[in-house]
Amino acid sequence: MHFSKKDILDMASLSAGEITLILDTAEKMKEISERPVKKVPTLRGKTIVLFFHEPSTRTRASFDLAAKRLSADSISISAGSSSMVKGETLIDTARNIEAMNADIVVMRHGSSGAPHMLAKRLRSAVINAGDGIHAHPSQALLDMMTVRENKGTLRGLKIAIIGDISHSRVARSNIAGFVKMGSRVILAGPPTMMPKGVGTLGVSLTYDAEEAIRDADVIMMLRIQKERQKGFLMSTEREYACIYGLHEERLRHAKDDVLIMHPGPINRGVEISSRVADGPYSIILDQVTNGVAVRMALLYLVLGGVRDADSD
Amino acid sequence: MRILIKGGSVLDPGNPDAKYKKVTNIIVEDGKISEISNSANLTADFIRAPQNFECVIDASGKIVTPGLIDMHVHLREPGHEYKETIESGCLAAARGGFTAVCAMPNTHPVNDSRQVTEHIIRKAAEAGAARVFPAAAISKGSQGKGLCEYGELREAGAVALTDDGLPVMNSQLMRRAMEYAKGFGLPIISHCEDIHLAADGVMNEGAFATRMGLAGIPNVAESVMVMRDIALCEITGTRLHIAHVSTKESVRAVREAKKRGVRVTAETAPHYFTLTDESVGEYDTHAKMNPPLRSSEDREAIIEGLADGTLDVIATDHAPHSVLEKEVEFDQAANGIIGLETSLSLSLGLVVKGILTMESLIEKMSANPARILGLEYGIKPGMPADVTIIDPDRAYVVNADNFRSLSRNTPFDGWEMKGKAVLTMVGGNIVFDELST
Repeated sequence: MHFSKKDILDMASLSAGEITLILDTAEKMKEISERPVKKVPTLRGKTIVLFFHEPSTRTRASFDLAAKRLSADSISISAGSSSMVKGETLIDTARNIEAMNADIVVMRHGSSGAPHMLAKRLRSAVINAGDGIHAHPSQALLDMMTVRENKGTLRGLKIAIIGDISHSRVARSNIAGFVKMGSRVILAGPPTMMPKGVGTLGVSLTYDAEEAIRDADVIMMLRIQKERQKGFLMSTEREYACIYGLHEERLRHAKDDVLIMHPGPINRGVEISSRVADGPYSIILDQVTNGVAVRMALLYLVLGGVRDADSD
Repeated sequence: MRILIKGGSVLDPGNPDAKYKKVTNIIVEDGKISEISNSANLTADFIRAPQNFECVIDASGKIVTPGLIDMHVHLREPGHEYKETIESGCLAAARGGFTAVCAMPNTHPVNDSRQVTEHIIRKAAEAGAARVFPAAAISKGSQGKGLCEYGELREAGAVALTDDGLPVMNSQLMRRAMEYAKGFGLPIISHCEDIHLAADGVMNEGAFATRMGLAGIPNVAESVMVMRDIALCEITGTRLHIAHVSTKESVRAVREAKKRGVRVTAETAPHYFTLTDESVGEYDTHAKMNPPLRSSEDREAIIEGLADGTLDVIATDHAPHSVLEKEVEFDQAANGIIGLETSLSLSLGLVVKGILTMESLIEKMSANPARILGLEYGIKPGMPADVTIIDPDRAYVVNADNFRSLSRNTPFDGWEMKGKAVLTMVGGNIVFDELST
């Protein structure tokens, strides 16, 4: 199968076949990172711009390492250091980046849809590294890769996503991705954190964390943000931790082979207890490892790479 | 100067004598209508003799109506002349078939003073296209803190009061504004939005916003304020006009209030009966406005409200913005679209679909706005010759490059339309003419 997408903008625009191709490619890429010399010449001479308009440590480092392991040249531009603080529009900044012949622009932005706007105007490939509360496709793909690696398949699994669904691009992308791959997704959180019409996305809903956890194959905890108290979405972190947080006591309701995931950064003691985060069911750090592999696959595939992956 | 408009079908809903007259001739003299008659009343020889008229307009097969009035327009001058000027806005109005517009006060400075009101009227007279009737601010600087000088504003020419663009959140201020305005006979036009419920929303709250990851504005942000203002209108007895109604709950509230006899009127805009929130598509900022495009259920309720008379007026909320405000991230983009040059064609679609009669459409685009704003109106001898000639069959494709507005922020570019204004006359002057093309 050929990968023909110019851009990776969200999970909704990827087919099940494309998702499978990305995950298969990522599995092959993962081996490169385990070698003593973690570098292949695949993208030598290609230029990748990491255009991060919002703070990020994990995702940026992950894309940067992915680029370097494929021998691409990568540079980083962040909001604080770019001309955007001087009032340049996003489109102008991006056009300037393109004028320097960037092959791929990896972009994070606080506004939902910002990468879509640029993708329409740029010849360079655009990879969305998180836009507003809309999408974070590379995160969803690395999550799916990690689950598939552990469970052998995604079909038929029960995936519980718990937290502030409303404000989570990770949740949106995982919902779109897992549902497309045949998993059953159940969302849990207080009603204030459930976006309107989320039922149309093919998921089930509960306000009871234990109901979501029961029989779940995967429990994905979302980061809870203190600022949400200002929008009256929750009372206190204390009550949130009691009612929706994942701790050992609550984990007793889960399956014996449950997987615990978190996109990070973790608020220890709020949405997840340290003992659970560091415990035997946690695959949180595997997610990070697989993140590099998935991003290597994305960089490779958007540049049309079919040379090494199963070409047909 | 004597002009003959011959052979058109006159449609004047405000005039019991000429509600829908077939084949009528109108004689215009020195900017005023001097005579209306079918050819039997005038000698055929007189009409046939071209030397009796400096100008003969053949309106046969067309509909001749009193000039259309758009009572919700942002002309942007003073202050934002790169988006629109009074002149360009008036030319756009004329091209859309409007002989008059009501200019919203959210200019820079805000129209909260005699000076700004007079300035707008003077500039409009210089432009010499559509007439401009300014609405002045409810509160100083539209800041929601103190009342403006309504007496002086009325004297300067303001026809209504509104803080449009910014809701009056302070209910006590709204109550007093209504009471104070009553003394001057000025209507209050209310932009109904609870800013706390709207919060940081950028489109309609619902499944589509959830999928696109855009913060939603719930229907109740509008309807809760519609209900508040109706309640205040009931205790003050002031004339209240609800601007840009977009939700089914607001339509229901206005309908029930009217049934109780409350002096409330309401408008909606063509985009609310034409589009839904799905028009946002992949972050199209030309589908971003406030209030936002709503669900199809709301659109149906708006159409029903137009059909049963709950919604009295079609007004555009013409809101010009340059590409600087629109070619940006969706949540950063300015609210609003232009409407003057597409409004009539979109509204005529309601007649084609059998939702409105031609007569009730002209009521909503001319007679009712005139009544609400207290303007002279009608095709009657002695009245200023403000006339719109409509060709309901003229098919065309919207091309925003041909707009007279300075801005291009429309979601309707490229749309196939049927029916449009082909001639606009203001005070006997032809300000737009596409009759023969």
